Amino acid sequence: MTVLRRVALGTLILWLILPLVPLAIWSFAKGWRFPALLPNEFTLHAWHIALSDRTGALHSLGLTAAIATLTTLIAVLIGVPAGRALGQHRFRGKAAIQALILAPLIVPGIAVGLGLHAVFLRLGLTNSIPGVVLVHLIPSLPYMILVMTGIFATHDPAFEWQARSLGATPWQTFRHITLPAILPGVIVGALFCFLVSWSQYILTLLIGGGRVQTLPLLLFSFATSGRNDLTGAIALIYILPGILILVLTARYISGTHPALAGVSRT
Amino acid sequence: MTNVTLTNLSLRYPGMGIATVNDLSLTIPSGSITALLGPSGCGKTTTMKIIAGLLKPDGGDVTFDGQSILHMPPERRGAVMVFQNHLLFPNLTVAENIGFGLKMRRLPRPEIATRVAEMLALVQLPDMGPRRPADLSGGQQQRVALARALIVQPRVLLLDEPLSNLDAHLRAEMRDLIRSLQRRLNITTLFVTHDQEEAVAMADQIALMLAGQLRQTAVPEVFYHQPADQAVARFFGGVNFIPGLVSNTTFTSDLPRLHLPENAPPGPGILTIRPEAIRLGPGANALDARVTDRSFRGTQIRLTLQVAGTVLCADLPPNQAAGINAGDAIQIHLPPASLWVMADPT
Repeated sequence: MTVLRRVALGTLILWLILPLVPLAIWSFAKGWRFPALLPNEFTLHAWHIALSDRTGALHSLGLTAAIATLTTLIAVLIGVPAGRALGQHRFRGKAAIQALILAPLIVPGIAVGLGLHAVFLRLGLTNSIPGVVLVHLIPSLPYMILVMTGIFATHDPAFEWQARSLGATPWQTFRHITLPAILPGVIVGALFCFLVSWSQYILTLLIGGGRVQTLPLLLFSFATSGRNDLTGAIALIYILPGILILVLTARYISGTHPALAGVSRT
Repeated sequence: MTNVTLTNLSLRYPGMGIATVNDLSLTIPSGSITALLGPSGCGKTTTMKIIAGLLKPDGGDVTFDGQSILHMPPERRGAVMVFQNHLLFPNLTVAENIGFGLKMRRLPRPEIATRVAEMLALVQLPDMGPRRPADLSGGQQQRVALARALIVQPRVLLLDEPLSNLDAHLRAEMRDLIRSLQRRLNITTLFVTHDQEEAVAMADQIALMLAGQLRQTAVPEVFYHQPADQAVARFFGGVNFIPGLVSNTTFTSDLPRLHLPENAPPGPGILTIRPEAIRLGPGANALDARVTDRSFRGTQIRLTLQVAGTVLCADLPPNQAAGINAGDAIQIHLPPASLWVMADPT
């Protein structure tokens, strides 16, 4: 079994890493023409340009991170209480609300985005960072709520009663009892939200109108302009945070952790 | 030292036909230990949660020393509840669990440490402080839960089935510990149980609850000798019930006339006598009986008797029951002082 598992794991890693290899090579290549297996010369030229002010890659990196962080924070603030309500209480219209929360995962983003564009235009939210954050919440919030619903469904509120009975205020109860219990779920949900926002292209383009130049938008413009070396360098900058986050939080997203119980159940 | 009164307390869970707690009134005297006794699902724990502030009643009032506490949030009432399944916080150590209430009150760390150590000694777990709750046995967890409640010096201690999760040999030990701590700290205590033996052994006062309603509140002995009605008597192991009519000091029924102690109210009633109060041989209220069954009950022998068309059960010490077998004709008597007449509900 372990041999099979290792082979499977190796294949998975290869499958994820392999497409990135040409990108990495391109970013250091000085001319790489067809039959050659590897470029003739290597250079840091593309990295110099990519990291300079001329491309705006660093600015976009900061902007993308800021938007993703803001989106995640708002999603946590909405998702934790929403997950609590859905996971622990029965109320009228719960099924309808759950369907509505899942809807953004089913309806294509471009359809939603086109309709929202008209609304945001009237509200003056287009071409602005708040508008982009708001629209990023549409695809990311369902993940947060789903994870938190699962977490709260297995969370025993009696521990909170016990804390209150022992003299803890509602805030102290949340801080010392509830939060430690739900933290793994919050981390997993936040991770999903961050990555969904990080990789958002079409909604950013529609609502940001090209003014809010996040990394995927920048990357796409270089990819279509034919500068393979620059595309490779920026693509690597783009995927790095995602990998970093995954490595840092790997222990929370193993299938055995209770934080994922809600995801696998729904 | 806090006197607790419940007045006309009612609560109905949404969607439930009958009220879970129905017009319940009870006084828990200051410094005493009262058992709220009843079969499971009769509303005992619900009543306790109302006192602790975890549920809001639909009607009625709860007072501590004459002051209503219903408007207070649970953390300000000073009524600490110990749940049946201990509910030790799994992310905290034993010492942190016990010190939780003091930490929430923002006491200085050194003081918390001192008082936690005292508490650990008091519940006989002096070296368990750094352990995790999961490493403790059920009995130890229960003691930690008790220490965690007592350390905040509650006005009222609420124990939900404190012994039900323990093995039989641990129960007596835990029972004695709770009683001795309660005596020493003089905390007004209410505990919920479905076990009448447990209630009798621990409580100064028992409140018997059946189907959301309080049926009788009294010291334990009264439930054996002067039960309020047949259901109460049955809950305490009463088996002999004879419907009849009281006039002056005689009781007329299917049995020959019986002499009563003078205090019985006149009119129709149900006569009861504890099975262990029935005596062999001649005496006041002597009756001829035929033994239809004999069974061994550990410390006593139970004889099932046929007396003039009525079935009575008698529990006798083994030495007295020796030689009496099913089918024998014997003479018994019902001492008048052991007879008790209850109102006939029909």
